[in-house]
Amino acid sequence: MDLKEKLISSFMAFENNVDVEHPVHDIRTEAIKNFETKGFPSKKEEAWKYTSLNSLQKIDFSIFPKEDNALEYKDVKRYSIHEIDTYKIVFIDGIYSSYLSETTHDGVDICLMSSALTKPMYRQVIDVYFNKVASKDESLTTLNTAFSREGAYIYIPKNKMPKKPVEILHFATGNEASLLLQPRNLVIVEENAEVQIIERHQSLTTNEVLTNSVTEIFAAESAIVDYYKIQNDANTASLIDNTYINQKSKSNVNVHTFSFGGKLTRNNLNFYQNGEYMDSTMKGVTILGEKQHVDHHTLVHHIEPNCESHQDYKGIYGENSTGVFNGKIIVDKIAQKTNAFQQNNNILVSDKATINTKPQLEIFADDVKCSHGCTIGQLDEDALFYMQSRGIPKKEARALLMYAFANNVLESVRIPEVKGRINKLIAKKLGVNLGFDL
Amino acid sequence: MLEIKDLHASVEDKEILKGINLEVKAGEVHAIMGPNGSGKSTLASVIAGKEEFEVTKGSVSLEGEDLEEVAPEERAHKGVFLSFQYPVEIPGVSVTNFMKTAINESRKAKGLEDMPAKDMLKLIREKSELLEIDRKFLSRSLNEGFSGGEKKRNEIFQMAMLEPKVAILDETDSGLDIDALRIVANGVNKLKSKDNAVIVITHYQRLLDYIVPDFVHVLHNGKIVKSGGKELAMELEEKGYDWIKQEATV
Ligand SMILES: Nc1ncnc2c1ncn2[C@@H]1O[C@H](COP(=O)(O)OP(=O)(O)OP(=O)(O)O)[C@@H](O)[C@H]1O
Ligand SMILES: [Mg+2]
Repeated sequence: MDLKEKLISSFMAFENNVDVEHPVHDIRTEAIKNFETKGFPSKKEEAWKYTSLNSLQKIDFSIFPKEDNALEYKDVKRYSIHEIDTYKIVFIDGIYSSYLSETTHDGVDICLMSSALTKPMYRQVIDVYFNKVASKDESLTTLNTAFSREGAYIYIPKNKMPKKPVEILHFATGNEASLLLQPRNLVIVEENAEVQIIERHQSLTTNEVLTNSVTEIFAAESAIVDYYKIQNDANTASLIDNTYINQKSKSNVNVHTFSFGGKLTRNNLNFYQNGEYMDSTMKGVTILGEKQHVDHHTLVHHIEPNCESHQDYKGIYGENSTGVFNGKIIVDKIAQKTNAFQQNNNILVSDKATINTKPQLEIFADDVKCSHGCTIGQLDEDALFYMQSRGIPKKEARALLMYAFANNVLESVRIPEVKGRINKLIAKKLGVNLGFDL
Repeated sequence: MLEIKDLHASVEDKEILKGINLEVKAGEVHAIMGPNGSGKSTLASVIAGKEEFEVTKGSVSLEGEDLEEVAPEERAHKGVFLSFQYPVEIPGVSVTNFMKTAINESRKAKGLEDMPAKDMLKLIREKSELLEIDRKFLSRSLNEGFSGGEKKRNEIFQMAMLEPKVAILDETDSGLDIDALRIVANGVNKLKSKDNAVIVITHYQRLLDYIVPDFVHVLHNGKIVKSGGKELAMELEEKGYDWIKQEATV
């Protein structure tokens, strides 16, 4: 049985474990129908030209973990930003771990999607927001919607800001030979409220894991959202991250994606600007080696006038790694005075590494500032010799140049400990110790 | 200290250095002059170890050690320094971080611990004052957007930080205004001692008024065609290179 069939036939079993009377279940059944029609995306589709899901579909994934698996804090501590105090929503093989988590209802809700989808007190919010910005026809999103049950639920009321950043952590224990995870997150940040979120998926063994995640973010007027995605998973772990953001006037949403590993990573990052005078920022650092593959697909839809978007993705590709950047900007006819910037710069440090980069601009307004640029280069030999002539060995010189290349993306990271952590990951990935942080 | 014997070097099968002999002893200042394209910067690059140039014959040795198999960074650790004619821009790396890395890599090569942060700051302060460099300047990306003169001054700041045994200054005077020339030359003179040596590549007598050479060599078509004392530089300033080129072809 292929994965699609297996998923469709599992849906009935899934229904035994959820409240089919809840209105969300109508959304699920609609979604599974859509998935059944569409199936997994194939390389024939333009958006999936460079990323194939074929080999993943041949794996016999467990769709529901059989039991609760426990992990010790000491075994997973290093994957969290333990230098600072954070709220934590932790899942082990897709199941919530209250032992490792720290949630809150103190003025804000930082808790579980499973509660939000079942308890009456959340019903109104769910009716207004659930599946309202996520795509209703993109096949992987509909697949997630069909099985949506668990994930992080974050609700920040008007004028509030949680006392500390929120970490969403997913661990896979490898107790299943191969496991499919489908977390579903909902983040609602009301007027003038603010939140910082750090998300990480980590497999702890070499068993296969495929995560198909959907996150919906709603930023109301003047809300501020900082979202950091740390992707440094095992070489047997794959991630399809579908993030949908609905922004209102004067809001500010920044998403940083740090991709340093994993077998296959696909980031579908979609911004919809429903208002004026707002700012959307997408930044990424990708450093890959071995046979790792990362595909960044971004979309910014400028729907109303006077808004900005900033995209800056840097990639360093070594060994046999492959990268994709596809940045789509749509500026509607009425969205005058839009400023949309997009930059994608890449360095290939191996002859066998490849990157496919493509801007996709659909601009229907006439009074806009749009700039885009993509570069693919090698390290500058003259710069390397210059550094060597000052006593910096070639390996360190290369690393320093790569560090510097990625550096400006880190400037906008607003949690110093996250910046420090990313710096360390970059140094580790480049195999050097530079003795200072950039 | 530095001994160059019958040095031939090529790039892409084109011979640029065609048999250079030069001995530089500790405590000496040598000036190398010569028309554009004669091979001065190539000689400097070969001494610093640029791999793009292939040494086809002859040798460069430092304190008796043949440098042929020695990587550029190791030459730097042994005390070779090149002030570039065209310093390279390194976006994203501040002058300070660059120097910290350079100094600590040198120390690492010698089996020493990293320099304590306090000492490093003190050293940076001292040397930047010597070259009258504004502190704000040090946090800027190395050479990025620096004016021509700022780049050259920064090269000598790096030399001051690294305290090399043999410093090669490739047209460090070009781009410097009159005051800057004095400051930079003064910096070089302060670093001069009986234990180190300086090779100054220049087109003009002006710099040599400040950094007074013991020997002046004229490079033409990949060879040293004339050597003399500091008066030779003055003669060249007056008469140009034609007479030397003629002498060389005779
Ligand atoms: N990488 C290279 N490839 C080809 N030719 C080169 C290369 N580097 C130098 N040359 C050539 O070698 C010759 C010597 O160049 P070099 O830069 O050493 O001259 P120079 O004496 O420093 O001149 P200037 O006074 O203009 O600085 C020139 O003809 C130059 O074009
Ligand atoms: Mg030159």
